[in-house]
Amino acid sequence: MKRATWIRTLVVIGFVLLLEGLCRWGVIGRMTMIPPSEMADQLWKLLQSGRYNGHIFETLGNVAVAFVSAVVGGFVIGSILHSLPRARRAIDPFLATYYAIPFFAFYPLLVVIFGLNAAPIILIGFLFGVVAMIINTMNGLDRIPRVLIKTARVNGLGPLRTAWLIKLPSAAPQLFTGIKLAIAYSFIGVIAAEFIMSTSGLGYSIAYAFNNFDNRTMYALMLFIITLVTIVNAFFHVWERRIMARRGQ
Amino acid sequence: MRQFFDSLVFAAVLVAIWQGLHWFAGDIAIASPGVTAERAMVLLGSPSFWGHFRETFSALGYALAIAVLGGMTIGLVLGLHRLSGEVAEPILVSLYSLPKITLYPLILLIFGLGMSAKVAFGAIHGIIPVAIFTMGAVKTIAPVYFKTARVLQLSRRQLVATVVIPAAIPELVSGLRVGFSLTLLGVLIGEMFASQRGLGFLVMNAIGTLDVPTMMAVVLLLALVAVMISAGLLYLDRRLHHRVA
Amino acid sequence: MSGSVVDMAAAQRGRGFAREPKPGGDMAEVHAELTGVKRVYPGADGGSVHALGPVDLKLARGEFYSVVGPSGCGKSTLLDVLAGLSAPTEGSILFEGREVAGRVPPGIGVVFQEDASFPWLTVQDNIAFGLRRAGTDAAEVDRRVSYAIGFMGLKDFRKAYPAQLSGGMRQRVCIARTLVMQPRLILLDEPFGALDAQTRLLMGDELLKLWRETGATVMLITHALDEAAMLSDRIGVMSARPGRLIADIRTEWPRERDSRIAAEESFGAITSRLWGLLRDETVKAAGMSGSSR
Repeated sequence: MKRATWIRTLVVIGFVLLLEGLCRWGVIGRMTMIPPSEMADQLWKLLQSGRYNGHIFETLGNVAVAFVSAVVGGFVIGSILHSLPRARRAIDPFLATYYAIPFFAFYPLLVVIFGLNAAPIILIGFLFGVVAMIINTMNGLDRIPRVLIKTARVNGLGPLRTAWLIKLPSAAPQLFTGIKLAIAYSFIGVIAAEFIMSTSGLGYSIAYAFNNFDNRTMYALMLFIITLVTIVNAFFHVWERRIMARRGQ
Repeated sequence: MRQFFDSLVFAAVLVAIWQGLHWFAGDIAIASPGVTAERAMVLLGSPSFWGHFRETFSALGYALAIAVLGGMTIGLVLGLHRLSGEVAEPILVSLYSLPKITLYPLILLIFGLGMSAKVAFGAIHGIIPVAIFTMGAVKTIAPVYFKTARVLQLSRRQLVATVVIPAAIPELVSGLRVGFSLTLLGVLIGEMFASQRGLGFLVMNAIGTLDVPTMMAVVLLLALVAVMISAGLLYLDRRLHHRVA
Repeated sequence: MSGSVVDMAAAQRGRGFAREPKPGGDMAEVHAELTGVKRVYPGADGGSVHALGPVDLKLARGEFYSVVGPSGCGKSTLLDVLAGLSAPTEGSILFEGREVAGRVPPGIGVVFQEDASFPWLTVQDNIAFGLRRAGTDAAEVDRRVSYAIGFMGLKDFRKAYPAQLSGGMRQRVCIARTLVMQPRLILLDEPFGALDAQTRLLMGDELLKLWRETGATVMLITHALDEAAMLSDRIGVMSARPGRLIADIRTEWPRERDSRIAAEESFGAITSRLWGLLRDETVKAAGMSGSSR
């Protein structure tokens, strides 16, 4: 392993131990936070009991749907806009300021429209992720070196084969950025929506535990989400590294 | 000019879609653009709205100040010290993609209800993107600038103040733009379910009383203000990047 | 290039770059000396890369010395080590009798191949940058900057930003920024590498004028044999990595010279001699980079 990886591992372990110590010595009160070891212990019990499996799968399902539709939708919309320069220039200012719009303020509105079910939650996750994918798709397509397109034409590739064999791999780094943002934003959107107004899912469960002063469950579930998101991120990070290493970057 | 016209056309299309949704979903779900605009005018004329407005934007101001100063300091240090940067970057990226709303109970337990919790929640949303952008900006400064600084006998402070920061400014503004959006989001989420004041509270309150036009008017005004600020930053951003290119 | 006319009279009156009366061409005085300098740095896969040396080199005060060598041979490493931008693994470097050990000593100026002009400053602020950081008083800064702007032919671009200038003009800005610091030893790391052939010739002439005007010692790193042959008093030829000096060629050009000497018979003789020495090394270097280590 690289030195930085070692140090990083030590830093994270050190931080967890520090929290553990602060909680155990009473510097951080039990009403504020429980020691990380108890969080883990409680999480283990919760997972074994299977009480939260329904909520977990529901949230993961929502995230998955939001993520996949954001990536596919963002790629399609990004590609279309890329081929229509005039429309793109018109829409550009809207895309650039899109993330300034406080989405979660729309969420209650969506609940009124769709009712209290999965649809508004998924829609929030999708809305949050799709524009990152659109922007990065266009960036990626912008950066394809002209000489590669010329090479494709010299070799007599048709538009579809050019897209598949040249454009897609060439735009891969930016597409990857888009995909990583889309997964992060889908998680954020879905869990936040559940948190604000929902009757099920992990976000709801945390809010519920909080309102009922059930700190143990609350922290256990928070730990679960943090661990899950970190693992998903690490997976994409490693995958991306592999692809980029081949290109010498 | 044509581009501006095209953008207006696109905005008109958005309003038309909104009107269509209104016809489709009915008054209880979506207020029409006209009604919403009317209600927005009423809100703009009421002192209590401005009270909430001030509350939200002062919380945003404090949170943004913390996020920007803290984020830039972290980013500068990590960008200048290579090993620390390598160690910290994956951690920062993980934190960035974490649904920070899950930390909201923790913030409430530490700060209690009120202004400080909102500010803290806004700041934790904004600080990480600002740090990531700053670090990225510092790391991509051309090595030849550092060499030049050494040849010209610059002290560490001079290096940071007269080379590193000016070189990183365009990226810092990009980071500020992202930081602004997320900080506002954090503040609003904070207000939506743990406050009796602010625009976020106003939205939730309107939901509770099924006052759809007010809810939509507040969201519309919020979006307009946010977009205006963001557009200002975007303009600055493009100008700065243009200068370098 | 009207601005580049050398203002010799002004230089004599002490308004130019030279700090002191010009050295009377006393080629015997050693200005910088490298003894047994070696540089090894850790490689990517745990091994080590032997980049340079051992190198022994003496630069006489006021001479124009060039180093030529195949790409990747350690020319730039040599410059970095002499400038104090990196420390040698072994050996010693003396500049004006004092040890240089990984710190840039005052009195050395460096011009890099990459564009080092700051895009956020105007031409004149770029040139004044080093002086202002050193706390030079404003009147003196103005005086030296105006002079450098005139000398480098940048009069019309005082208030322009680097983004508005061509590559050659930007490199002039960097040279001017170095000059106003009144360095006694000027190191140039392929300063014209990114420029087109005609611009390079003109920049070469400028460099010669500037060298005569300042009386500074110059070490130029280049891969262009004609450039080295045209500009230098003395040329060091470097081997493929690890770079060693394998030949030392004196050109015997008069101090007053410019690019027109390229037409002289001995110019052809010098370049072909250089190529004769370098051909094998270049083949070696190319083979090495083919197998990547």
